[in-house]
Amino acid sequence: MSMSETQRPAGRANRRARARLKAVAGFLLVVATTYLGLVAVTFFIGRVVPIDPVLAIVGDRAPARVVERVRLEMGLDLPYYQQFWLYLKGVLQGNFGTSVLTTNPVMTDIRRVFPATMELATVGTVIGAVIGIPLGVLAAVRRGSVADQVVRIVGLIGYSVPIFWLGLLALLVFYARLGWTSGPGRIDVVFEYTFTPITGFYLLDAILARDWAVFRDVLSHIILPASLLGYFSMAYVSRMTRSFMLNELGQEYIVAARAKGLSETRIIWGHALRNAAVPLVTVIALSYAGLLEGSVLTETVFAWPGLGLYITNSLQNADMNAVLGGTIVIGSVFIAINLLSDVLYRMLDPRTRTR
Amino acid sequence: MSETAMTRREWLLTDRPQSRLQARLGRAYVAWRRFTANRLAVIGLAIILGLIVLAVFAPVLAPHSPYVGDLANARLMTPGPGHWLGTDDQGRDILSRLIYGSRLTLQVVVLVAVIAAPIGLLVGTVAGYAGGWVDAVLMRITDIFLAFPKLVLALAFVAALGPGIGNAIIAIAITSWPPYARIARAETLTVRNSDYILAVRLMGASPWRIVLRHIMPLCISSLIVRVTLDMAGIILTAAGLGFLGLGAQPPLPEWGAMIASGRRFILDQWWVAAMPGFAILIVSLGFNLLGDGLRDALDPRGSGQ
Amino acid sequence: MSALLTVEDLRVTFPTRTGIIEAVRGVSFTLGRERLGIVGESGSGKSQTGRAIMGLTPEHGVITAKRLDFNGIDLLKASKAERRALRGKRIAMVLQDPKYSLNPVMTIGRQIVETLRAHEPVSKAEARRRALDMLAAVQIRDPERVFDLYPHEVSGGMGQRVMIAMMLVAGPELLIADEPTSALDVTVQLEVLAILNRLVAERGMGLIFISHDLRLVSSFCDRVIVMYAGRIVEELPAARLAEAEHPYTRGLLNCMPEIGADRHPLPVLERKAEWKE
Repeated sequence: MSMSETQRPAGRANRRARARLKAVAGFLLVVATTYLGLVAVTFFIGRVVPIDPVLAIVGDRAPARVVERVRLEMGLDLPYYQQFWLYLKGVLQGNFGTSVLTTNPVMTDIRRVFPATMELATVGTVIGAVIGIPLGVLAAVRRGSVADQVVRIVGLIGYSVPIFWLGLLALLVFYARLGWTSGPGRIDVVFEYTFTPITGFYLLDAILARDWAVFRDVLSHIILPASLLGYFSMAYVSRMTRSFMLNELGQEYIVAARAKGLSETRIIWGHALRNAAVPLVTVIALSYAGLLEGSVLTETVFAWPGLGLYITNSLQNADMNAVLGGTIVIGSVFIAINLLSDVLYRMLDPRTRTR
Repeated sequence: MSETAMTRREWLLTDRPQSRLQARLGRAYVAWRRFTANRLAVIGLAIILGLIVLAVFAPVLAPHSPYVGDLANARLMTPGPGHWLGTDDQGRDILSRLIYGSRLTLQVVVLVAVIAAPIGLLVGTVAGYAGGWVDAVLMRITDIFLAFPKLVLALAFVAALGPGIGNAIIAIAITSWPPYARIARAETLTVRNSDYILAVRLMGASPWRIVLRHIMPLCISSLIVRVTLDMAGIILTAAGLGFLGLGAQPPLPEWGAMIASGRRFILDQWWVAAMPGFAILIVSLGFNLLGDGLRDALDPRGSGQ
Repeated sequence: MSALLTVEDLRVTFPTRTGIIEAVRGVSFTLGRERLGIVGESGSGKSQTGRAIMGLTPEHGVITAKRLDFNGIDLLKASKAERRALRGKRIAMVLQDPKYSLNPVMTIGRQIVETLRAHEPVSKAEARRRALDMLAAVQIRDPERVFDLYPHEVSGGMGQRVMIAMMLVAGPELLIADEPTSALDVTVQLEVLAILNRLVAERGMGLIFISHDLRLVSSFCDRVIVMYAGRIVEELPAARLAEAEHPYTRGLLNCMPEIGADRHPLPVLERKAEWKE
């Protein structure tokens, strides 16, 4: 529409494509260096910090020939940079070594436990977003009201409460005293051997199998830990929603929307929230990543057979390969989620889209 | 009486302070007024002051020994007179243990802040002032640490270093500095090209002098706010490590470890695990309220949000 | 000429912590199907007058008036829902800067269609057709293409034409234009004004043109009101502006540079306390 566009469309498109290529390359570089850093830090933790890395892996009761074999396997006789190169090569191939505790390759173990964590964090994020966004909108629209104060205090408590403690109390009240939910674990023993998971997400698997008894049981197991994680997510999401909404409601396009005679409902949910949604996507992605982390403590309390429980069990048994493998996987998921939120941001905000 | 108060107030609020001290006091007074107008923030401050008093006067305030209990007669007693918060499985008074535990909590918070904040401040201001490849490298490192899940990284560190409260503090500090570096860098970038920094440079000040004497002080107030807001998270992480048996070791009365040891009795003697949790909740809530209030008082730009 | 809008002793006040701020202090005028300019410096209450008529005064503001009547409807007694039904349908408003007053994440077409569908039960296809017609009416050459663009993809001048289309699509009888050209390049200003002028004339609308630019207002409007500190200090036909008597108006007039005239010393706008009374 502007003059320059009609005059030199080819040059402009070229320049745009080049800028885009440069941005993508920069982006990939950032991801690559972050991943490299992640591996370097875990290498440092596993090989440099412990006085005897072999001991950290095999434990102090291992026979001498095992110790010697592992020492050679790990290349501990080599200088650090060669060791790191070997380590990096292994990690990139998904080889995190063998777990002492389970005697399986760590990657095999992680593949088995990871869906449980993802399912828990996903349900938690959904709960957090579904409750947190409307609460944040309410607090912003009724700014300074009693509702605003209540949302704020509920959120602040969410920031301040130890999750493992709240989990214990929740188990005590809702499982032991009231009997409303199932206790620790993911599924009742009754179903454990008759139910074959396909995706590893039990809720989804139960729906796919149309097995409603299993679905009910899985739901009553997941509801407590997921609500707990959801509460933390809600605290964060509602606070950020409030602040984004206050920002949007002060914009001129809101005045214009009112001047058009739109209803307040439409202005708040259709205009202001639609704009606030752009940064909110990042917030929800971050809270999802945060829940993966929160799952470490939550899973321990609820005996939820996921990555968090796997890491803490390994910790207690000084199973270093498993701990570091789990750390790298969670770190990788963090990076992936950040990437994804960036892409989503671009999709949601037309200003960052290039046509 | 009221007249002297008025004049003192005028002295503090004057547009033409006679000395640097007066200007500083005046600014502090304005911030204080804004802070105390926020009731929740004052509650937060009171909680933190209470924590400090408890920690300092623990031997005077605690009714019983935190380490030695009456195993024969006082195991797992319900809260009531004599033991206001009950006793644990070794007959120790929970209230006394909580009071002594406040020392550990305060120790963790203070040490983490003292280690992490200066690291972040230095990295951020140097990166921001130097710019170029120094900035690029330092910020890449910062981002790598930011990409890590904090608790998991701390867990891995403690696993390598060995359990214990000292190692837990180091691990938390290592995972805490990156946001401070980010903030310090952002603040540095905003003042870096301002006229007065230029003036200092023209007078021949070395880059280090500029960073240390002129840029760092400007970053302090936003850093204090951020550190205060982070303290709740630090307490929760430390308690989480304690709960997993990686932080303070028994018989230290660390609150997270107390929850872990009370876990076995949760069904029948709920208070053993519940009481330390309330303590953690109250203290971290205190830090959150205080941090919120400080942010609004020191940074009027953000108070609209 | 029957009055479209009657305003009598309009007051808009905002209670704040430090006291009451009186933004508008007893403004009265009537408007037919004509072009009325309201001129004044920033803070003179001209924008708040417009917003009070629209019913867009910020929530903590208080509006009082002896009369505030639009086409026989008492705006003071109208419910919130009734006011909303009027907005966009019978009274519309063009804001200053299209960069901020158009929703950045909604296509232009959807924003225009939305006005229509808020007030009339029209089908999607019908709404689209009318929106395209309206885009053509504000002289956008390729309405089909612009319909699917986002606001950041059009220039400021085109953005303001879109804004006008969005506000006029439901066929209002009164348009309040609050500094509609101040954010635009000088070259585009006249173009947008010409479009506005033609549409107002064709549709027989009443127009309140709010601006700080006395020359612009006098060349564009039939009648001019000059406001100062929340009051009307002078009201006169645009053609007789040169005969203005109030010293404030004279001051505003004297600010206009003339080619070839000696401008030393530059005149300073006088503000006297007694004009506030």
